[in-house]
Amino acid sequence: MNVLLIFSVLVLIAIALWQITKIFELSQEKKVSTQVANDKDNDLNGKLMFAFLIFIYVLTLYSFWAYSDVLLPEAASEHGGDYDQLMWISFALIFFVQTVTQALLHYFSYKYRGEKGKKALFYADNDKLEMIWTIIPVITLAGLILYGLYTWTDIMTVEENDEALVVELYAQQFNWKARYAGNDGVLGDANVRFLQDFDGKNLVGIDATDPNGFDDVVVQELHLPLGREVIFKMRSQDVLHSAYMPHFRAQMNCVPGMITEFAFTPKTTTEEMRLNPEMIAKVKKINKIRSEKSKELVASGDTALDPYEFDYLLLCNKICGASHYNMQMKIIVESEKEYEKWIAEQQTFAEVIQ
Amino acid sequence: MSTEAAQVHEEDHGHHHKETFVTKYIFSQDHKMISKQYLITGLFMGIIGIAMSLLFRLQLAWPEQPFGIFEVLLGKWAPDGVMDPNVYLALVTIHGTIMVFFVLTAGLSGTFSNLLIPLQIGARDMASGLLNMISYWMFFVSSVVMVISLFVEAGPAAAGWTIYPPLSALPQAQPGSGTGMTLWLVSMAIFIASSLLGSLNYIVTVINLRTKGMSMTRLPLTIWAFFVTAIIGVVSFPVLLSAALLLIMDRSFGTSFFLSDIFIQGEVLHYQGGSPVLYEHLFWFLGHPEVYIVLLPALGITSEIIATNARKPIFGYRAMVASILAIAFLSTIVWGHHMFISGMNPFLGSVFTFTTLLIAIPSAVKAFNYITTLWKGNLQLNPAMLFSIGLVSTFITGGLTGIILGDSTLDINVHDTYFVVAHFHLVMGISALYGLFAGVYHWFPKMFGRMMNKNLGYLHFWVTAVCAYGVFFPMHFIGMAGLPRRYYTNTAFPYFDDLADINVLITVFALVAGAAQLVFLYNFIHSMFYGKEAEMNPWKSNTLEWTAPVEHMHGNWPGEIPHVHRWAYDYSKPGFEEDFIPQHIPLKDGEEELQH
Repeated sequence: MNVLLIFSVLVLIAIALWQITKIFELSQEKKVSTQVANDKDNDLNGKLMFAFLIFIYVLTLYSFWAYSDVLLPEAASEHGGDYDQLMWISFALIFFVQTVTQALLHYFSYKYRGEKGKKALFYADNDKLEMIWTIIPVITLAGLILYGLYTWTDIMTVEENDEALVVELYAQQFNWKARYAGNDGVLGDANVRFLQDFDGKNLVGIDATDPNGFDDVVVQELHLPLGREVIFKMRSQDVLHSAYMPHFRAQMNCVPGMITEFAFTPKTTTEEMRLNPEMIAKVKKINKIRSEKSKELVASGDTALDPYEFDYLLLCNKICGASHYNMQMKIIVESEKEYEKWIAEQQTFAEVIQ
Repeated sequence: MSTEAAQVHEEDHGHHHKETFVTKYIFSQDHKMISKQYLITGLFMGIIGIAMSLLFRLQLAWPEQPFGIFEVLLGKWAPDGVMDPNVYLALVTIHGTIMVFFVLTAGLSGTFSNLLIPLQIGARDMASGLLNMISYWMFFVSSVVMVISLFVEAGPAAAGWTIYPPLSALPQAQPGSGTGMTLWLVSMAIFIASSLLGSLNYIVTVINLRTKGMSMTRLPLTIWAFFVTAIIGVVSFPVLLSAALLLIMDRSFGTSFFLSDIFIQGEVLHYQGGSPVLYEHLFWFLGHPEVYIVLLPALGITSEIIATNARKPIFGYRAMVASILAIAFLSTIVWGHHMFISGMNPFLGSVFTFTTLLIAIPSAVKAFNYITTLWKGNLQLNPAMLFSIGLVSTFITGGLTGIILGDSTLDINVHDTYFVVAHFHLVMGISALYGLFAGVYHWFPKMFGRMMNKNLGYLHFWVTAVCAYGVFFPMHFIGMAGLPRRYYTNTAFPYFDDLADINVLITVFALVAGAAQLVFLYNFIHSMFYGKEAEMNPWKSNTLEWTAPVEHMHGNWPGEIPHVHRWAYDYSKPGFEEDFIPQHIPLKDGEEELQH
């Protein structure tokens, strides 16, 4: 119904545009116009330029007001705080520059709209002025670059250590698997050549001749212990994929033929995130939308949608084929104790291939 | 050109009066006709590209709903009127390819470089008319191949416009990677050859065929922009050609340049030792400069139109030229910012962050100079001027978010989300499109000898301007919510359910924007035949093209080519009655030329 309404509105707009063009055309034929802007055009369009400035401001403010609740919640990883801070500093800067430059651009377009007989100021150069607006961006950007690079090095430096949990993220069209290193903390060698061994039970192609691989655990759901560094080793068996974990400010491509790395330390459990007031409001809003949709679905004989509960997400963020849009894995952050209990319940590679 | 040579040309030209329809309109070697051919082919491709975007916007706003239009246009790819996911990816891919290469590279640069280089530097034609003709016809053939690829059984290429392997290399990975991808690669290879021929011609013409007095420092900024764009093209397009050729080898001859360790459809493939990351490097070595190949001509056009219509000299001519050169140089060493999270060494990421953010400096200088040019002007708000001001506006809005994406750290979480889509559509898509429109409105009288209707132009601009922000501004928020691009629908993630309203809003704006382009199209075609006949210099502009007769002729000027005595921006110069002094007017006694 909605669709129909919007469409009829669109059709009406199209017809209106068509009619307006016709009117313009008819009005053109009577008085022969040079088709060059005259004082009246300058006046009208100059004023519209000013109106457009207001439009940009209103759109910006409205968007921040109306859409702030769709933005990602506070980061759930330790480096995420630094990330968010850098993001908001950059945003403040952008917001400031945008507000000022758009104001000048549109205000000048309005203020200096042409009039017959007026003459423009012959003003071709001003070295000092140009120096100023070259140097200010230089200094600002130098600050941003230094800050950014400091954070980048911090995030991207992955050092192997005994404390860290090593997890392999394994991508294929169109699902994810995770492999834990087991008690020895070392992932067994793996290659796509071994995928067909053991009647296809070797889900990520572990090399059965490498003893390090026997205690490896392959699962379809990612569990992470709170407060412990996780070093991800990414692999892909077919095409490029990208492991995107937006709530943790983490992303890395999975490239066939090579192993890529990313590491972070989760700092908020799934339970805690569900109790975050922002998240509660968001989930409530989503469930309202879902229940309304369900009503429509039930009315047309379909099944209703399940109510939504928040979970961290791992999404594929590199185009990978037809079901790219649905390549996901649930991430659960829990206490060390819960994690230990969960991992102990999983089958090791040795148990799977027996 | 020496006078003697000019005279020879003159006589030569006298013998050429009998032209057949074919040599005049089809296999023409005249730069003005070739420019029109580029424009019309580009507009045709633009209609396809924009229509595709409207189709996938419908799917995004009302996911998996049946639409009659899908059944009509997509046929079996939209069973019961519901768009198939593979088709969605194909539409996204071809939309990107067509808009970036066919519309904003060939359509923009091809049209205006061809039209303006000879006319503004005072040359009878391009250095080689034959190469120029071949360049157009190769572009035409590549367009035809690209359009044909839309009709193959399994659908056109669907791996995104960047066609990263292995997705693009393996027909098993998606239906679009079969014949559709082969045709895509063939089309692009021809396109690149066409673009190289064109670029070489532009470079040689600008260097060798400037009229007497037209020193490099007196060149209009349009020509500087086209000239530098051509150089960037010559430097970077061959690298894309090599990437395409290696990909063809991997696809058809079993080599392993980009492929290694692949298991797909229950089968281990033989490829060993290649790397998709290598492809990414090669692709973006063109891909990033491509942004400036698209953008610089638009900025050049804007410089010219803003100065003319502000009735003021462009502010900081030298700084404008310097920033074009700086942007061109930097553009070739920043490609890695598309690959921060590709798995390449993070140290490289640091280097590319540094070079990338440097580009903000010349860009900022350009924006400030445009704004200062408007200050205390006597602005003639013609449609071309509105589009030029609009370009500066979207260039700033879109450019600023580049500070976030160019920062490797911040890129981690917004990479490949709708934030990127919003950024590049504003900064290069919309800006360059505005440049194209501005150019068409401004030089229409030069191309077709008639004026476009200004009121339709105003309508076209204002609806487009509002809708462009309406479409792309909210996308920043969807991106910062974490929604990846190239998703057929976001209904697979209940977490994104609250984005549905925004998607509907965006689509409505997009549809209205699409309708507004029909106004332009109508105005364009109608004015071509019934527009008011143009005067020789309708905008009272200084550049040489407006000294040539309205009626097109081989060789551009009936007599001698005008000589140049001043730069192109003597608008409202004190001591003169008129507010413009064309470049061919000699200096008055005691008049000082600005030193550049």
